[in-house]
Amino acid sequence: MGLFTSRLFWIALLVIAFAATLPLYVSGYILGLLTVAFYFGVFAMSWDLLFGFAGEVNFGPTFLIGTGAYTAGIINNLYGVSPYICIFIGAMAAVVAGFILALPALRVRGPYFGLTTLVAVLMLQNFIVVFAELTGGEIGLTIPDVITINAGANYWLALGFMTVSGAVLYGLSQSPIGLVLQASGQDPVQAGALGFNIVKHKLFAFVVSAFFSGLSGALLVFYFGTASVGTVVDVAVGVNVIVAAVLGGRRTVIGAALGAVFLIVAGEFLRPTGELATFIVSAVALIVVLFFPGGFLGAAMSREART
Amino acid sequence: MDAVSGNFAPTLEVRGLTKRFGGLTAVKNLSFDLRAGEIFGLIGPNGSGKSTAMKSIMGIERPTSGEVIFQGQNVAGLPAHKIARQGFGMVFQHSRPLNRQTVLENIMVALLPDSLLALFHDRALIERAEAIAERVGLGAVMRRKPPTLPFADLRRLELAKAIARDPKVVLVDEPFAGLTLAEVGTFSELIAGFRDEGRAVLLVDHNVKSVAALVDRVLAMYLGEEICTGAASDVMKNETVRRVYLGGAIETSARPETSFHDKEPLLQVENVNVFYGKAQALENVSIHVHKSEFVSVVGLNGAGKTTLFNAISGLLPYTGAIKRGGEPLRGTSAAKIARDGIVQCPESRELFGEMTVRENLDLGGYHLADDVRDKQIEWLFELFPILRERQSQLAQTLSGGEQQMLAIGRALMMQPKILILDEPTLGLAPVILEQLSKALERLRQTSSITMLLGEQNVTFALPHADRVYVLEHARIVWEGDPARFAAEAGEGYL
Repeated sequence: MGLFTSRLFWIALLVIAFAATLPLYVSGYILGLLTVAFYFGVFAMSWDLLFGFAGEVNFGPTFLIGTGAYTAGIINNLYGVSPYICIFIGAMAAVVAGFILALPALRVRGPYFGLTTLVAVLMLQNFIVVFAELTGGEIGLTIPDVITINAGANYWLALGFMTVSGAVLYGLSQSPIGLVLQASGQDPVQAGALGFNIVKHKLFAFVVSAFFSGLSGALLVFYFGTASVGTVVDVAVGVNVIVAAVLGGRRTVIGAALGAVFLIVAGEFLRPTGELATFIVSAVALIVVLFFPGGFLGAAMSREART
Repeated sequence: MDAVSGNFAPTLEVRGLTKRFGGLTAVKNLSFDLRAGEIFGLIGPNGSGKSTAMKSIMGIERPTSGEVIFQGQNVAGLPAHKIARQGFGMVFQHSRPLNRQTVLENIMVALLPDSLLALFHDRALIERAEAIAERVGLGAVMRRKPPTLPFADLRRLELAKAIARDPKVVLVDEPFAGLTLAEVGTFSELIAGFRDEGRAVLLVDHNVKSVAALVDRVLAMYLGEEICTGAASDVMKNETVRRVYLGGAIETSARPETSFHDKEPLLQVENVNVFYGKAQALENVSIHVHKSEFVSVVGLNGAGKTTLFNAISGLLPYTGAIKRGGEPLRGTSAAKIARDGIVQCPESRELFGEMTVRENLDLGGYHLADDVRDKQIEWLFELFPILRERQSQLAQTLSGGEQQMLAIGRALMMQPKILILDEPTLGLAPVILEQLSKALERLRQTSSITMLLGEQNVTFALPHADRVYVLEHARIVWEGDPARFAAEAGEGYL
């Protein structure tokens, strides 16, 4: 993997360096689009750590994202605490919620884990609608503070955040823990017989995934200035995260971010086609999943694997 | 070996180990000792509970009762990862390596600590992994990735992972499954090497014969219980063991091949080869079956019986030719082959569990006219009277033996010309075997259906057979009269 790791590293560095120069010459509209895409990229990368490595399909990424986003937003709304503290508390709330969900859910096998996570999203959504006074309900929650209103600064923040998250998640995936996670995902019985506590490792992956999802969700609502079910909780948002990760390439981490950027940018470019946009993007995603299950980066990496 | 290790306390003591699944007792009160520097074989036919016993020792299954004492400490009931860390390694039959990592990295996984703080790779582990790779003969390929390796090297990788953390006890599940004869020799040496390093080795296999040269002592199991323990040669002489594996004096009722008058056999399999990825499952296999003949294909687990039947049923790609009545079957869909009368009754039975016995049978005879179907069912109930009683019961509530009869019954409802039975005795108790055996005999005498039976239970396969083939490591190694089987080929089935 040596050569490829370094090649991937240089390509990533070049792409990020280029991306960092964008605010100097592109419009605020494009910057805004990419800002959202980068936060989305972190959602997708966090999801890939669970699916690609731990082998668990989390159908409810928005449970973690939404918990982080709404917790941060509500605290800011109620107490007017500094956004940075709110964002940190939001991320921690996602971790706690993720832990509480995963602890029992990881005991059930196969599709049941996925179903549990899906039900969690529906419960969160319901909670938000029912406790409208606290959460803003279906109208959405207004968040008084922002980190900055400068489009360039917001863009750089998102880019920097995605870069750091990507580096941490990728590094983790390549570390001994990542190897054990892969082994547990592929053959839990054998990984157990090799002396690894599967539940502990998967729980850890879930908690890390929850941390980055929650953090990213919280940052996103402070960028939007509002939190709503439609943007951070709805099952459809979760499906987009999953599609982005699969599109980019399972078990690659970085690919998930590429998939997210592609998905959001493509959706925007196709906006003139109206309702068709979603259809076209979904069709492309379906074709990739059916015919190139490795995704964009997965195809490239498996070519490497064969050499 | 006893001279070397006999004086020391055993490394592993199993006492009264019992494992129940619901109402089924898979392992009953099993006790044995395993010493350092000893290879101990746990032997028994399919469904005898040997694999469950091994899994219960390793903690993959939680024993219902009993003790597993490792170096004086009871580890029974601990989860697998804790037992592994105490000094156990297990070699799995099926390997699923990490395909994006090299062989070396795969071995390194086994060396990693069970810690969430292990964020950086340790150089010392790499050297240790290299040494292990050399030890099992993977030295030349350790920088390669598993998908580029031959099957035997993937098995070596499993050995490497199992001994990586220098375990005191090594458990090996069917060490030779899927290997060629030459590879069997190499792997025997490797496993013997574990013994010489002072490890206690527990082998699980179906037959005494296949591991006789390797083991120091053998425990033969049947239906969850110990039959006898001792040196391999003694166990092979044991009366009960012989009866379990070979039956007592088998009465055969073979009709000579010359009594079948069809010029060309009804079913011909000629030089068929089948590969699963890198493993060759069938190698130049040729068999033929005459009209109304009863042919048994005897072979151990993994010998290739199911593969052969699946090739005949059109479920697998193969090279060579399979002909029915002289016409090649290649290019005919599996569904068409079945409709035209080659009906397979698979090992896994594949019943519709939530439908009644009657509904299962009606489905089998779905294509028949109503009156023909009724007649067929009537005939079937004569053959298997128990199915008449159970008509309105859900299939999943039947006992194993009744389910097997239903599976055969459903296949018969399709009015087969050639009926293929794949291991019908799998996991059945002896008394059920007898009923099944009688039904097959009646079937043979009262119908003209051509039968092809795949079995590893020789007792069951021989009495009805007109002719027997022995399939071993993907090849046909013997063909002949069932009466000559025990003398000429029986040794391998003890």
